[in-house]
Amino acid sequence: MTPGSSGSGEPRLVPVHGLILAGGASSRMQRDKAALQYNGRSQLDRTYELATRHLDRVYVSVRDSQLRDPRRARYPLIVDVVPGAGPIVGIRSALAADPHVAWLVLACDLPFLTDAAIAQLLAERDPTALATAFRSAHDGLPEPLCAIWEPGAAPALAAYQAVGGSCPRKFLMRHTARILEPRDRRALDNVNTPEEYDRARSLLDSPPMQLKIQYYALMREQAGRSEETVETSAATPGDLYLELQTRYGFTLPREQLKVAVNSEFAPWTRKLVAGDAVVFIPPVAGG
Amino acid sequence: MRFRFSDRPIDTEAARRELLDFGAGGYVSFEGWVRNFNEGREVTRLEYEAFQELAVKEGERILAEAAARFPLKHALCIHRIGSLSLADMAVWVGVSAVHRGEAFEACRFIIDEVKHRVPIWKKEHYRSGDSGWVNCERCAAAAHAHAHDAA
Repeated sequence: MTPGSSGSGEPRLVPVHGLILAGGASSRMQRDKAALQYNGRSQLDRTYELATRHLDRVYVSVRDSQLRDPRRARYPLIVDVVPGAGPIVGIRSALAADPHVAWLVLACDLPFLTDAAIAQLLAERDPTALATAFRSAHDGLPEPLCAIWEPGAAPALAAYQAVGGSCPRKFLMRHTARILEPRDRRALDNVNTPEEYDRARSLLDSPPMQLKIQYYALMREQAGRSEETVETSAATPGDLYLELQTRYGFTLPREQLKVAVNSEFAPWTRKLVAGDAVVFIPPVAGG
Repeated sequence: MRFRFSDRPIDTEAARRELLDFGAGGYVSFEGWVRNFNEGREVTRLEYEAFQELAVKEGERILAEAAARFPLKHALCIHRIGSLSLADMAVWVGVSAVHRGEAFEACRFIIDEVKHRVPIWKKEHYRSGDSGWVNCERCAAAAHAHAHDAA
């Protein structure tokens, strides 16, 4: 079925927009969870980019007090209609901002989330339910913050909050929701504490590796050595040059150089692996 | 088709003998010499340095390209490394071919490509006592000036 078509008796399949929840207080982490970095990129940036690979329009859910935060302000924002009331208000605010679309809601503490998980949600979405969500691999309960919320959920959420409800997980347990078994169980592991962050980072960050560097001519003189073994997290020769340029003050801009990996010319974007031998090649002058 | 380095004066007679061929109608060689001036400065000696492992690969690729373009019998390039004095030979290129025309053209092609592509560096020592890496110092200075212009 194409978006917007209306089959006989089937509900209209409305398009899906993305909503990244970045308005949390991060009280257990004691730091802004959206700002936590993996491989040099923040959780917010990673989640936003992931969502935009699947959806045309993606927004960031913030509290009123975060409107000018530069990390968030670079994205299209949806501001909580009521401050301080948790993720349920973020979801309701999005449903209110555009009541004619469904919202793929993503928490900003899911560093292991994959394209495959997003694709599974979108492919197995049930627009006749109020939401489509994964079953948590840990407690078997629905996961409301990596889920598609349909427009029909808006009045039910309002009624639920009117009687004092505030937990979107309990809401899903009491209403019609399509629950999916996640194919990748780790994709929904969230990060709430400094210990969990350290563990996630040890799994996601590129580990430092040893590379052998040889220097020639002007590079040798400026580095003060003809070769060395360096320990680095630089993913590419381009990153490595910037790192070593900072260390040794190389005067040549990278654009003037070529680079060789394992004694063959290589692109600056080549993925480096442990044990690679790297040579930066300043402008040549044979003959 | 060979490319190699030498840390001693190039024996051109021995190099020429490597190119002999009953099917060759001509032979052309080029010698590059150390000159006493460059870009307005008085040069007293040169130092050559090479990333030899890659340089030999790239040099032999150039010779193979020459052989693909021109009907050559043999081609050889020998480049010096180390410290050289004025009038020393820095590089030698020789080709033998069926006809003289291709020999001239191939020899020119090889020396031009070698100067631009092979990872060899040349440090000039000047009468004034200072020194500089050819093509590098000006690049770095230009980039530095450009950065200031932009700022």
